[in-house]
Amino acid sequence: MTVGVEDVTVRYGEVTALDCVSLVAESGQVSAIVGGDGAGKSTLLKTLVGRVTPDSGRVVAPGADRIGYQPARGGSWPDLTVAENMAFVAGMYGLSEAGAARRTDALLERAGLAQARDRLSSQLSGGMRTKLEFCLAMVHEPELLVLDEPSTGVDPVSRVELWRLLSETAASGTAVLMATTYMEEGERSSYVTVLEKGRILLEGPPAEVVAASPGVVFTTEKPTRPEFSWRHADGFREWWPVPPPDANHPVDVDLEDVTIVAVLRGEAEPAPQGGSQ
Amino acid sequence: MLEASALTKDFGETRAVADVSFDVHPGEVVGLLGANGAGKTTAIRMLLGLLAPTSGSAHLLGAPPSLRSRRELGYVPQGLGLYQELTVAENLAFAAQAYGGQPAELTGALADAADRQLNGVPLGMQRQLAFLCALQHSPKVLVLDEPTSGVDPLARARLWDTVREQADNGVAVLVTTHYMQEARQCDRLLLMSRGAVVGRGSEADIVGDTRVVLVETVAWQRAFAALDEAGLPVTLAGTAVRVVGVTPERVAQVLGEAGVDGRPLQATATIDERMVLLAMAPSTT
Repeated sequence: MTVGVEDVTVRYGEVTALDCVSLVAESGQVSAIVGGDGAGKSTLLKTLVGRVTPDSGRVVAPGADRIGYQPARGGSWPDLTVAENMAFVAGMYGLSEAGAARRTDALLERAGLAQARDRLSSQLSGGMRTKLEFCLAMVHEPELLVLDEPSTGVDPVSRVELWRLLSETAASGTAVLMATTYMEEGERSSYVTVLEKGRILLEGPPAEVVAASPGVVFTTEKPTRPEFSWRHADGFREWWPVPPPDANHPVDVDLEDVTIVAVLRGEAEPAPQGGSQ
Repeated sequence: MLEASALTKDFGETRAVADVSFDVHPGEVVGLLGANGAGKTTAIRMLLGLLAPTSGSAHLLGAPPSLRSRRELGYVPQGLGLYQELTVAENLAFAAQAYGGQPAELTGALADAADRQLNGVPLGMQRQLAFLCALQHSPKVLVLDEPTSGVDPLARARLWDTVREQADNGVAVLVTTHYMQEARQCDRLLLMSRGAVVGRGSEADIVGDTRVVLVETVAWQRAFAALDEAGLPVTLAGTAVRVVGVTPERVAQVLGEAGVDGRPLQATATIDERMVLLAMAPSTT
């Protein structure tokens, strides 16, 4: 079964949160949805896991008992210990006591939380709580793991550990889908979907998205095309559809640059409806 | 402008900041990196005069921080430090009064939202307001804690435009961050680990000769599983397998024993991976 959404539109009153968005979460891969606050990431994840019913479009996902989902906030119970959180969620999915204990031991061990079993969730560091929430979402061995901003507020060392856990999960055949505000995480994923104001701005394997970006980007002290330039370190970067005559070496762009270029081009010359670049 | 000299802080037996020296000059943007518990926050609290050093000194505008010199400081905390129950205009007025000045003029979308209670205002606008609150009294030193966390790339570039204008006008800017995209906006970087400064300079200087072992193979799932099973610190980037802190020979051995095809290559580490290695290294103190 290919898991995903097709041409999904979601409106909250006057606001269109998602505008004809399609997405596939392949098993065996970590896919990432990247965007700033309000881009529609959470709505997209909630639509996929069945917490939001789209106004139009199609959702293909396994049943709720085959999905592991962690919302952006409040994914664990602060007044329960790590072990109690695990037992509670395992109970919700109807795991036997022995099965729950076995699964809990294995997951906490993998996540490096075995020593923290008796600590209250509220007393965990951001990195440890994220790992607990990962374990909670994985307790029933779901086919689809969906995490909303698991790395926000998590320090770099814990972030690498989280990526190890996500990598392990994907490598064992689960479809992993995560939302993040950080481009560098989009660059690490197998397939990235960049959302902007409820629409897909860019998508594909990150290296291909970067390679497919049209034109060239230069570093400059004084932008000559203000509508196509942006701040970078102590200078500016500037996009050109073709290199200008006196061009020096263009910059090696990354997903961050390519996203900015796509937004600026969209602002300068609105694309025809349904068209891509 | 902002200067730490042999700055040290002990909490009981624990040395939270150990002999840290650095300075931030006017017009300069310095990025302070490090994992949680590296000592960044403690160092900054001493520089802001919120915490007394155990030894060494923290100077703000050439002297230990005082009520007066702190008026020359602008600070945007990670949580933005705004009051959700107050309106946009009230937040600005409150911040202005704290520095004994008049509130700045609201422009654009913020002006339209002047009388709205903050908790109904989009996060992006709240962030702009937090910057305005920190900048309206024309500070000489600006301290920003993960200033563009949660912001899309273009909005980030625009916020950095604001920060850079300040630096161009001679303001000294210190930024703490966990994220590469923010670190790349800085003029130079400092990396802290276990209370000490362990790296300085550009991104390349900080990573230094730290290498990772990279395995690119169609059998990446099996390669990952084998290396993970062997207890090595392994992650995936796309379908490339990355291992920190081990030799290519060790990786080749594990892959060989598991019967997985794949030739380990060395590649330059990321700053995150450098931090993981620092965290893995046995403590020397």
